[in-house]
Amino acid sequence: MQLFLEIGRYSRLLYEAIRSASEFKTYRKNLFSEMVKTGTDSLGIVSVAGFFTGAVLTIQTSYQFTSALVPKSTIGAITSQSMIIELAAVISGLVLAGRVGARIATELGNMRVSEQIDALESMGFNSVTFLVIPRVIAGILMFPIIYVAAAVSGIVGGVLAGLMTGSVTVHEFMEGARLYFFPWDVAFGVIKSFVFGFVITSISCYQGYFASGGAEGVGYATTRATVLSCIYVLLSSFLLAAILL
Amino acid sequence: MIEIQNLKKSFGGNLVWEGVDLTIHDGTTVAIVGKSGCGKSVLLKHLNALLFPDEGQVLIDGRNIFDLSYVDLRIVRQKFGVLFQGAALFDSISAYENVAFPLRYFTSKNEQEIRDRVMACLELVNLGKIGDKGTSELSGGMRKRVGLARAIVLEPEYLLYDEPTSGLDPETSDEINDLIIHMTKNLSITSVVISHDMHSVLRVAEYVAFLDEQKLSWQGTIDELRVSDHKRLMEFTRASEYQI
Repeated sequence: MQLFLEIGRYSRLLYEAIRSASEFKTYRKNLFSEMVKTGTDSLGIVSVAGFFTGAVLTIQTSYQFTSALVPKSTIGAITSQSMIIELAAVISGLVLAGRVGARIATELGNMRVSEQIDALESMGFNSVTFLVIPRVIAGILMFPIIYVAAAVSGIVGGVLAGLMTGSVTVHEFMEGARLYFFPWDVAFGVIKSFVFGFVITSISCYQGYFASGGAEGVGYATTRATVLSCIYVLLSSFLLAAILL
Repeated sequence: MIEIQNLKKSFGGNLVWEGVDLTIHDGTTVAIVGKSGCGKSVLLKHLNALLFPDEGQVLIDGRNIFDLSYVDLRIVRQKFGVLFQGAALFDSISAYENVAFPLRYFTSKNEQEIRDRVMACLELVNLGKIGDKGTSELSGGMRKRVGLARAIVLEPEYLLYDEPTSGLDPETSDEINDLIIHMTKNLSITSVVISHDMHSVLRVAEYVAFLDEQKLSWQGTIDELRVSDHKRLMEFTRASEYQI
């Protein structure tokens, strides 16, 4: 019963957001500041996560491919394709579920329990337009950029790890990466990042917007936002792979 | 005029109150009093439809606000200013910007006109020199006064005060009481004050409604309150340690 209630409230919040999305003037200013907070401010941590994921992937792949029959360029192909198709999007999604999701849920939760959302409504604002839409749109717009940053830094990490360990040269790595580069893989990664951007921001907005019960309630909302965002990132990654690949 | 008619509210099967009838005439200050947890703030949030009732209606100038579309409701809400219990200031912006906030979105005033209006409101609440202080730098009394300045900045017809003196020392409480009286008398604003502070109520209100045992169990003027023999009301006023 509680599950249906939550789905109903989440759907209603999204419906309200879509219905009032045309009130651009109301959330224009918030949209740009959210794009900075969600996108620009996250580039560092996502690049670091992508870099080390690519580096580890290269080392592990070279460790597993001991046969002389397998060309070394395969390491570059596996690392780059894995980053582009799956890891750049999922790793950045999981990192941002914590970073962005927790921030959104805490911000909105605090606003809810300190009656700031009531204050907005009582002034005549549509609080969903003002608070939810800019966060969700910023997520949808900025996650693809973050995905590209994670993918590029992952490949760079892979190249550098190959160089440092002597397992693969830059030339061999890039040869493999080029050989197995398909534009559709990038498109698939970008589609995933759009979906992850929406999933993380909308779930976190929902948890924060309906938070209740003071500081404990905000903590609970933040935890739920982070955990549910991670679960739905992985679930939607699976569904998209099953549908689109 | 605000007319509350046969209002009933419950949360998940727990009745808060029912059969609430109250008329608030223009230019008056009405206080709704009662114990903590009796649903005073819940009732206040029905006056501008921040909450919706199970039954009953609230008429603002003859229109039931619960029947309005969301667009119309937002227009009606702009007739109200609300001073929330914790002031509900936006903590990401300065005190000045909090007061300027509604002006930036709901008026076409230029920056100078906004500054003039904000400063006029801040001076009205004796905070003319607050500058660009952040909300975290403000004391409880200052927060309430900034909240009040924000509430009146769009020149509302109605002002709703949720526990305006709670958590304040007696001197600051009196300053807030003076401001409430000033708003009603000088700006012709209709005020509804939620409080359990009988000292404050007796200073600012002309009419009192007592919320008790899940209903509005007594209502009358301040003079009627002084001679009332309503047992629960007498217990409540006695418990507030104020001699009427």
